[in-house]
Amino acid sequence: MDYNILIGGAAGQGVETLSSVFEKMLKRNGYKIFSIRDYMSRIRGGHNFAQIRFADRDLCSHTEDLDGIIALNNETIDYHIDRLKPDGFLVCDLSVRYEDDRIIKLPLMNTARNIGNIRVSGSVALGAVMGLLGLSLDDAGEIYNQFFRPDIADINTTAVLEGSKFVQTRYDLHALKEEENILINGNQAVALGALAAGCKFYSAYPMTPSTSIMDYLASKMNDAEIVVEQAEDEIAAINMAIGASYAGVRAMTGTSGGGFSLMVEGLGLAGMLEVPLVIAEVQRPGPVTGFPTRTEQGDLKFIISASQGEFPRMVIALRTPEDAFYQTVRAFNIADKYQIPVILVSDQFLADSVTTVKPFDFDEVRHDRYISREVDERPYKRYKITPSGISPRVIPGKIPGVTVMVDSDEHDEYGYITESAEVRTNMVDKRMRKIELLKQELQEPWFVGEEDCEVLMLAWGSTWGPVAEAVSILNTEGDKKYGALVFGDVWPLPTGLLLNKCKKAKRIVNVEQNATGQLASLVAETTGILCDFSVLKYDGRPMSPRYITEKVRGMK
Amino acid sequence: MCDMKFVTSETAWCPGCGNFNILEALRMALERLNKKPHEVLIVGGIGQAAKTPQYINANGFCGLHGRALPAAVAAKIANKDLTVIVNTGDGDSYGEGGNHFIHNVRRNVDITHFVHDNQIYGLTKGQASPTTGVGHVTSVQTAGTINEPLNPVLLAIALGAGFVARAFSGDKEHLASIMVEAIQYKGYALVDIFQPCVTFNRINTFQWYNSRVYKLDDSYDPTDRIKAMEKAMEWGDRIPIGVIYREEKPAYCDKIGFLKEGPPLVDMQVDMDKIKGYMKDFI
Repeated sequence: MDYNILIGGAAGQGVETLSSVFEKMLKRNGYKIFSIRDYMSRIRGGHNFAQIRFADRDLCSHTEDLDGIIALNNETIDYHIDRLKPDGFLVCDLSVRYEDDRIIKLPLMNTARNIGNIRVSGSVALGAVMGLLGLSLDDAGEIYNQFFRPDIADINTTAVLEGSKFVQTRYDLHALKEEENILINGNQAVALGALAAGCKFYSAYPMTPSTSIMDYLASKMNDAEIVVEQAEDEIAAINMAIGASYAGVRAMTGTSGGGFSLMVEGLGLAGMLEVPLVIAEVQRPGPVTGFPTRTEQGDLKFIISASQGEFPRMVIALRTPEDAFYQTVRAFNIADKYQIPVILVSDQFLADSVTTVKPFDFDEVRHDRYISREVDERPYKRYKITPSGISPRVIPGKIPGVTVMVDSDEHDEYGYITESAEVRTNMVDKRMRKIELLKQELQEPWFVGEEDCEVLMLAWGSTWGPVAEAVSILNTEGDKKYGALVFGDVWPLPTGLLLNKCKKAKRIVNVEQNATGQLASLVAETTGILCDFSVLKYDGRPMSPRYITEKVRGMK
Repeated sequence: MCDMKFVTSETAWCPGCGNFNILEALRMALERLNKKPHEVLIVGGIGQAAKTPQYINANGFCGLHGRALPAAVAAKIANKDLTVIVNTGDGDSYGEGGNHFIHNVRRNVDITHFVHDNQIYGLTKGQASPTTGVGHVTSVQTAGTINEPLNPVLLAIALGAGFVARAFSGDKEHLASIMVEAIQYKGYALVDIFQPCVTFNRINTFQWYNSRVYKLDDSYDPTDRIKAMEKAMEWGDRIPIGVIYREEKPAYCDKIGFLKEGPPLVDMQVDMDKIKGYMKDFI
C-alpha cells in the first residue's frame, strides 16, 4: 500500500497546519510518511500545497500520482486534477462548479459556519478524507491542541469529526502498530542536531528556506540556554558567529544562497583566523532573489570555492532528516578538530520535507571540543606550526596570563601581522596541511542498487530519496543493473568508492537539481571521470523518481 | 612580555600620529581599572586604528573591515566575564560598518567602542571618510568633499545609546578618564575620539582641535537627552569633549534570564537529557 494525498489552497488558508495535523494523524495510525511543501513567496493568496505520501513501509521520496486531493480553492483543482488517479477522490466545497466523477462535494463551508468559524472548513475536509481512508480520529483533539489554543483546537476537533460523518469508508485502512518514530523535516533536524551538538550561539538573518532552523532554535532559547540572535544582515550574522566561537562557544549561522553570498568574506575570516564555524546553506534557485520558496542544487561549486584566497573548509550535503541531524553534530566536531568552517548544504526540498524517521540516537552524539586548558609555552602561540597543521587552541580569558591574538592579516605563530615571505609560506602550508588530515576521515557516498551495476548514477544531497527509489524501480524492470552513489561529503570529495564503482559501470549518469551538472564537473576535476549522460532539473520543483526513471530509460 | 601588566609595543603608525596617545590612554585606563590582560579583549576591524589590538598585550581580534562590532558583541555574549573593547577607525565604524553601528546601539551589549576619528582614510592614503568636513580636498574628492559629514555622537544619542562621549587624543589624561568611565558603563558605550592624522589630514590637525575643544564641566548635565543632542551638534569654533549623554538602561545580557543569572555562556553545560526530550515535539 502506498497513498498520496494533496492538500491545496491559498496562502493564509491554513494548508501548512492542516497538512501537519494530517501527518500526525497518519503517524498515530502507524503509517510512514514522506511529504513535500510547495508554497509561493507571498503572505496571502496564490496557491500553496502539501503532498503527503504515506505507506506501511519507510518512504524516501514523494511521487506524482495522487490518490486524493483536498481542494480549499479552485486553483487546487485546476493545477492538480490531471495527476489524480482514475479511482482517486477530490474533496471540495459544495459551491465548487467543477464536474468530475471523482469529485466529492461536501458542505465544508456551511458546516464550518455552523460550528462557529469559517476557518475550520479545512478540518471538515480533512475529517472526510480520514473517513474515506477508514482511519481513526481518536487522537484528533490532542493533535489539534499541539497547534492551537484550546478553544480553537476544540472547534477544529468538532469539525474533523463532523467531516468524517459525511462519507462512507472507501479504503478500509486500519491502524497499524505505531512505531517509536518521529516526524521531522530537514531544517528541524539541523536545528535539533545543533542543540545536540551543544551549539550555544546561533545568529542569522531570516531567509527562506533556511528560516525555520532559527525558528526552532529560538523556540528553545531559554530552555536549552542557546542565544539566538537575529542579526541586522548576513554579514553581521557570520561575524557574530565567528566572534562567539573565538570566545569559546559552539556557534553557527544559517542562510540561503543570497545570504551566503554576503557571508563570503566572513567565511574567509573563519578560514584565516582558524575559528571553528558551522554554516547551514539551505539552497533555493538563484541567482539573486531567484525562486525564493523553491528548490535547487545550484550552489555547490560556489560553496566549495567561495572567498578570495585558499584555505581548508569542509562541505557536507545533507540527504535526509536523519542524515541532517547526525551530520550537523559531526560538523561541529570537525569544525572544532580542524578549526575550520564547515558548511552544511541543504535545499528547500529537504528543508521542508517531512519524514518519519527513527528517533535520533543521542548515545551517538559526542562533543569533541579539542580545547587546551593549559599552554606549554608562553607567550602562547595561537598559530603554532605543527606537523598536522592544527595548533593547540586556547579560549581567551580562561588561563591567567595567557592571551589569544587572532588577525585577518597574514600572521606569525603568535597571531601578529607579518610581511615575511617565509612566514606566509609556512602559514599557508600549515593551514592547508589540515585538509590532508581531514581527507582521512571523509565518509564515502551512500550506495544503492545492484553491486555490479552497469548504469551508475551520481547524485548529492537531498536527491538521495528520489534517486534511491528510481534505482529500485529500474532494477525491478530487469533490463539492466542500476546503482547510484549519493554524496554527503562533497568537499573534499571522497573518491574511493567513486573510482571503484566507475571502473565497472558502462554508463555514468549524473542526477542533479541544477542546469550545469556541478557534481559531474567536480567529479571530472577531481578524478578525470566524465559522466556520459546528465539528468538535470532546474524548474524549482523537486525531481521525482518518475522524472529520473523516464530520463534514464530514454538515454541513448 | 609581562603576563599580568598591560604593555604596549612598537607600532606601524606614523611618527606623531594621534593613535599613540589613544593607545597609551587605553593602557592607563585598563591599569586604573585593575584589569589583567587575559580578562580583556580588544577588537578591531581594518585600518590603522584597527591595528590597536596588535600593540597591547590583551586578547586581540583583528577581523574584517567594518565588522568589528558584530564579532565584539558576540564575544561578550559568549563570555560576559571578558571586558570587550573595540578600537577602530571612523571609516571602519561609520562607513563600512555603519549598519552594525546602528544596530549594535540598539542591541546594547556591554562593550566599549573607541572610534579613532581622524576624519580621513589613513591606510588607503587620504580619501574622505564619513566624518570628513565639506570642502575637504583629497585625492578622490578633488574638488572638495561635497557630502555632509556624519555626526556620530548625535546619531548615537538619537539611536538610544546610553553612553556617548567625545574625547581628544591631544589630552591624554582627560581621554583616559573618559575611557575608564566608558569601560565601567554597563552597556554599549561610544567614545568618538578626535585623532589627528599627521600624514593625510592637513586640516584637522592637533592645533585645529586644540584651539576648538573645551571640556564639559560639572555644570553640564549629561542625562538630559534633548540638551545632549544640542551639545552633540556644537561644532565649529568650539567643540565640547567629555560625556555628552549618559543613561542607565538594561544591557543585552541583563535582558536574557539565563545570561543574567547563569555563568558565562562559554561555561554553561549542555543538558543532553533535556535536548533528547525535544524529540517529543516531533511525535
